[in-house]
Amino acid sequence: MTEGDYTVLLVYSTSYALRAEKLLDQAGIQSKLIPVPRELSSDCGVCVRVAREERRAAVEVLKRAGVETEGVHDV
Amino acid sequence: MIYFDNAATTWPKPAAVIDATVHFLEEVGANPGRAAHQRAVASGRIVYEAREAVAELFGAPDPLRVVFGANVTDGLNLALRGYLRAGDHVVTTGMEHNSVMRPLRELQHQGLELTVVGCAQDGSLDVADVETAIRTNTVMIVLNHASNVVGTILPIGEVGRIARERDLLLLVDAAQTGGAYPVDVERDGIDLLGFTGHKGLHGPMGTGGLIVGERVELDRLRPLRRGGTGSNSELEEQPDFLPDKYESGTTNAVGLAGLGAGVRWVLEQGIEGIRAHEVAMTRRLIDGLVAMDGVVVYGGLDAERQTATVSFDVVGMTPSEVGLRLDEEHGIMCRVGLHCSPAAHKTIGTFPDGTVRFGLSAFNTMDEVESALAAVGKIAEESR
Repeated sequence: MTEGDYTVLLVYSTSYALRAEKLLDQAGIQSKLIPVPRELSSDCGVCVRVAREERRAAVEVLKRAGVETEGVHDV
Repeated sequence: MIYFDNAATTWPKPAAVIDATVHFLEEVGANPGRAAHQRAVASGRIVYEAREAVAELFGAPDPLRVVFGANVTDGLNLALRGYLRAGDHVVTTGMEHNSVMRPLRELQHQGLELTVVGCAQDGSLDVADVETAIRTNTVMIVLNHASNVVGTILPIGEVGRIARERDLLLLVDAAQTGGAYPVDVERDGIDLLGFTGHKGLHGPMGTGGLIVGERVELDRLRPLRRGGTGSNSELEEQPDFLPDKYESGTTNAVGLAGLGAGVRWVLEQGIEGIRAHEVAMTRRLIDGLVAMDGVVVYGGLDAERQTATVSFDVVGMTPSEVGLRLDEEHGIMCRVGLHCSPAAHKTIGTFPDGTVRFGLSAFNTMDEVESALAAVGKIAEESR
């Protein structure tokens, strides 16, 4: 994959990112925790990156588990 | 050497707990949830996995509702001092530890209305008395799951049903039962569960906290500390989401690494297995002590209805004398006196002298119980 093939999910904190990672893994969706891109937020934490084609499925998994996302961005 | 002071702090710890803390210090080390580099994420993951383990043990559906603090006292203080206001009414029992009584007494000076429901001399609670104590301004029922003095288990499930019927919050202090007796926040109707890491969860000291249930209004539950959380760093206001709202400042990640390992150890052993072992030892201990001349045993004297904590006195000797002789002459370590629970000692009739307390854990053996019985028998015989 090259730049532009990913979606990042912004969550409240590292705890939420770790919870999201577990939930996505259980749903068979690969994810990686990365620093929040500076252009998306001034925060110092991590966010969850998934392949762009998993965007819809990933958002659905988190929504169902009650993990709120602050933003969903294709990068 | 026999360690019977497990009701204060369990020892020894499972090897996995020691390994996890050493691993954290040697291989991880970074601040959890404060940066995005790999060690910070690894550290955050260890803390998160400790949250997951605690949530699983206590039947809490969402690990992010597990708020960590230094111990159960921290968790109870958050629940009581963070939630209650002047003019509210709270119902508690005559068997509480000072971790509940002292915050409540302070709040009472500030206008909280408090009813302390009396318990029987064996430490048991009549649930009907709790129901009778409820008023129109009652907001919370607070009780320990088991006494730290005599081990008597209180009927939290029944109280939980009353709390739900009357739309009150139930706060349970599970310091003495976590990891040693089944606790399920959903089944037992617990809205706020204070837990500690260093007793039955077999983790290090300096770990514990509060599980915050869905019925608790977070807007009303004020944090007792505010500060850095690693989240919402652009804001000078405290975040309003769990667990960050209540977890300011760098957490005890090395301790939580150990706590996670301790809880996973408990889950692997199974509460039922741990409980069966402790019941067998407790039964033998009670039966042996009750059979001795010159020894008075407190509590319900029924191993099935208490934890592995047994309080007794040797007639004609102060508890501190007995404790000293057990330690110096027999290598048995226990705790004597009031156990931070003047209310409970008043209830069982041992205030202000207190009792000798044997607190057993999963790591004790029946052989140790026999040795301890022989030692108490010798001391009691010599005191006559």
